[in-house]
Amino acid sequence: MSVQVSSLTRKYNQQVAVNGISFEIPSGQVVGFLGPNGAGKSTTMKMLTGYVAPTSGTAKICGIDVSENPTEVKRRIGYLPEHNPLYLDMYVREYLQFMGRLAGIGRKELNKQVEAMIDRTGLRPEAQKKIAMLSKGYRQRVGLAQALLHNPDVLILDEPTSGLDPNQVAEIRDIIREIGRDRTVMLSTHIMQEVEAVCDRVIIINKGNIVADDTVQNLGRNTTERILFIRFKSAPVLAKINKLAVVSKVEKLTDNALRISTTNLDQLQEELFAMAVKDNNIVLEQREEAPSLEHVFKAYTKK
Amino acid sequence: MFSILSKEIRGFLSSLIAYVVISVFLLAIGLFMWIYPSTNALDYGQASLDTLFMMAPWVFIFLISAITMRSFAEEKKTGTIEILSTRPVTDWQIIMGKFFAGLILVLFALIPTLLYFYTIYELGSPRGIIDTGATWGSYIGLALLGSCYVAIGLFASALTDNQIVAFLLSTFLCFFLFSALGQLAALFDGVGLEYSVEWLSINFHYESIRRGVVDTRDVLFFVSFTALFLGLTHLVFGRRKWQ
Repeated sequence: MSVQVSSLTRKYNQQVAVNGISFEIPSGQVVGFLGPNGAGKSTTMKMLTGYVAPTSGTAKICGIDVSENPTEVKRRIGYLPEHNPLYLDMYVREYLQFMGRLAGIGRKELNKQVEAMIDRTGLRPEAQKKIAMLSKGYRQRVGLAQALLHNPDVLILDEPTSGLDPNQVAEIRDIIREIGRDRTVMLSTHIMQEVEAVCDRVIIINKGNIVADDTVQNLGRNTTERILFIRFKSAPVLAKINKLAVVSKVEKLTDNALRISTTNLDQLQEELFAMAVKDNNIVLEQREEAPSLEHVFKAYTKK
Repeated sequence: MFSILSKEIRGFLSSLIAYVVISVFLLAIGLFMWIYPSTNALDYGQASLDTLFMMAPWVFIFLISAITMRSFAEEKKTGTIEILSTRPVTDWQIIMGKFFAGLILVLFALIPTLLYFYTIYELGSPRGIIDTGATWGSYIGLALLGSCYVAIGLFASALTDNQIVAFLLSTFLCFFLFSALGQLAALFDGVGLEYSVEWLSINFHYESIRRGVVDTRDVLFFVSFTALFLGLTHLVFGRRKWQ
């Protein structure tokens, strides 16, 4: 197991940020840590990296307890903190060399490793600049390069794509996906597509508790809520549909088309059909839609 | 520790802090030493560097506070402290790296003043009448005093994420522990504590070492004083984990 967390709790004064969560991540898995802002994602990651101490419970990286032997744990993790703090007055190369030395990379190895990372993260065209001169996308690459420099077993990335434009997001995701092939990655985000794009498994956390922990495909299936797309010939009476007992949510797509969430699909279809007949309306199209991760996320975190 | 030390020194050099600190120090001391009529060494009538060693602790209060104010405060403000402390280095390595970087900068500011020593040595009548022993003692005293100030400055900087607060706190603490504590001692005149309180101030030991006798008791005082403040810094710095 690369990461083992058992009943990890963290309180800030009286406020509980993380409430006794437990999970394990086998090596080589890419795990998405999903949750609304303030759910406790960052706090959990800070505990895993030894930046803050847990109030109770234990966290182990590669079998080593973070509280007992923080330095040994830090050797095995690469960490990109939230907001990606950097020494802005350093040059890219200078910064990576400094980080490499801190990670204990030998002098001979260091230059080779830094150059390899510059290539791997696509920093080559900006490598001779000061970090302060870089755009946000390139700064994020510097942050990633820093985290990867010492070939860590476990990579912990706190919101690696926040604040980037769509192209940059895609590039960073490609890098993460490539990294994820041969090591354990744990990344936090509140962007659903990110999880769908890069993760094998999702852990959803809300108000300090784990509310779901499954593969991306399974999560969609597990919710009881199902979604029906339906298109009529002429505009249906929304008020009537809203009144149906099995309907939990109606989303109007066009005048004639609706997306309806329900707990009982068969009954909904039956009632809609009957209603259409009664109103002299015709159902042109209807199909079940797979709940997107976004729906799953909302379903789990709104409680 | 050495990687942090070298990073701090590079930081001083690339942000001009090093040059400004050294020039301001030399300019201020140079004014007192050679220009001002009441203190300049040429009219002093005695071949000594007293002016330098009288003024340096006061100038250091400001300069060393300025050097150290950003050490932790800035890293906390920009969040880089999180990067630094999630690397496989201990808190002590971080603190000692920053401490020695500050101390080295202070020593570098002192080196050019050796020229003053040479000047006075040559100008003395007869040549070389300057009390060499006392001068070297004073240099050692100044270096030790500098290390106390650097430790105080680091402690102040670890307390806050605001550099100005760190600077003000550090100047006050340096001033208080250097001189004000000794003056406060007069209050304890009646109860027989006067000597003990005065003994706690930096100036007491600095004056003692300046006489040219490097007493182990004084050295020990400076070293433990520095260690105490570095220990406090470690305590404050480690507190982040539990907050």
